[in-house]
Amino acid sequence: MTVKSAAKRPAPPVSFLSSMWAVVWKDLAAELRSRELISAMLVFSLLVVLIFNFSLELNARERQEVTAGVLWVTFVFAGTLGLNRSMAIEKDGNCLDGLLLAPVDRAAIYFGKVIGNLIFMLLVILIVLPIYSILYNTNLFVPGLLVTILLGAIGYVVSGTLLAAMSVQTRTRDILLPILHLPVVLPVVISAVRASTYFLQGQPMDLIWGSLNLLIGYNVIFTAAAYMLFDYVVQE
Amino acid sequence: MISARNLVKRFGLKSVLRGLDFEVAEGEFVGLLGPNGAGKTTFLRILASLARPSLGRVEVAGFSLPEQAAQVRRRLGVLSHQPLLYPDLTGEENLTFFGRLYNVQNLPERIRNVLALVGLEGRGRDLVRTYSRGMQQRLAIGRAVIHDPDILLLDEPYTGLDQDASAMLDDVLRKVTAEGRTVVMTSHDLVRAQDLCSRFDVLTRGRILASASRQDVPPDGLQAFYRRSVSSLEPGRAGAHDG
Repeated sequence: MTVKSAAKRPAPPVSFLSSMWAVVWKDLAAELRSRELISAMLVFSLLVVLIFNFSLELNARERQEVTAGVLWVTFVFAGTLGLNRSMAIEKDGNCLDGLLLAPVDRAAIYFGKVIGNLIFMLLVILIVLPIYSILYNTNLFVPGLLVTILLGAIGYVVSGTLLAAMSVQTRTRDILLPILHLPVVLPVVISAVRASTYFLQGQPMDLIWGSLNLLIGYNVIFTAAAYMLFDYVVQE
Repeated sequence: MISARNLVKRFGLKSVLRGLDFEVAEGEFVGLLGPNGAGKTTFLRILASLARPSLGRVEVAGFSLPEQAAQVRRRLGVLSHQPLLYPDLTGEENLTFFGRLYNVQNLPERIRNVLALVGLEGRGRDLVRTYSRGMQQRLAIGRAVIHDPDILLLDEPYTGLDQDASAMLDDVLRKVTAEGRTVVMTSHDLVRAQDLCSRFDVLTRGRILASASRQDVPPDGLQAFYRRSVSSLEPGRAGAHDG
């Protein structure tokens, strides 16, 4: 049995998209097996929603006013759990080194992780929304609100994945990520809460566009910044 | 095949590598020996493009680092004492993932061959977290050679293995290196190093202090060569490699 193949030339480099999807596939396959990340995010989210439900005695109008805030607090903290775990998996067995040794554009690794994290976050959101709707007797399946949640989740994951890659290399990674990330993601949370509230109240689009534009602008800027910075963040 | 000139690596004010010079010809199996903290792992991380040198020139397979890191990585396999594997994936899935990142052609057949090489034919569909430490390390060799690299960097690959697992790793390493691959291995196990390597370099305090080919060192004489090399600079640490 020989391991060295006849051809001496190394294989041509893998494309950006193929390497990105390889990372997404790996994250999804590992999570399907362990269900560590999704279950932690989901249980945490449901507990937060339940605690708010039983601790706040609200009438119908007040409920509509606090809904967006409660939802985004839930998503933000559950998302932090997910981001921490997603990068800890890479660091625990030093798997990040294995990834960085591969001859691929490191931005592809970053975007692979972003897509994986976004899928996990959206999955949790998809489960939490109907439960919240039932508990609070509020219709959350408003197209505008769903678009806002998607934009907010993208902004949260794009900045969070970059900062998680940074914080995971420290001893205090579990506490460092929220401390680093929450101030950075504040514009996303404020815009998302505002746009979500307006959509739930049926306000005109003139009022909502400002918040949506801020979300879109944040996503574009942070995606570009992360594309340029990820290599430096993970380089020793 | 590998060349480092006046290599310096600093972490803050601490210099780990201090003007290191190192040459490896194609097909050589170099054992890099030295006490803990000598800079062996740091040096291998620079060769693997995982760390940047503070000063100096490094060339691997004719490509300079860090500028041409992607070309270097395509020709390089790295095995450390940590397997760099995902415990929630099966052995086959781990090799599939890394094979995709290296764009390995005819991947399913390649995975079958590699699993056979490392003696894990029947365990490819089991989760890596169910493997013993020795099996994980054998699969890690499979990961390191899945793309058929010209150069292998082995960073203390025997750490944490029992006698049987170490002997099995010996066999696998001999097979993997039998076809002219260039290998640099750091190790604290002088007996194994003497058995496997064609040259021995002693790295202490960030520099290569002594170098000898296999012919220059008598059988069972590596311990004495190592002691002589290290005791001149670090009298108290010469015994750090005993065993």
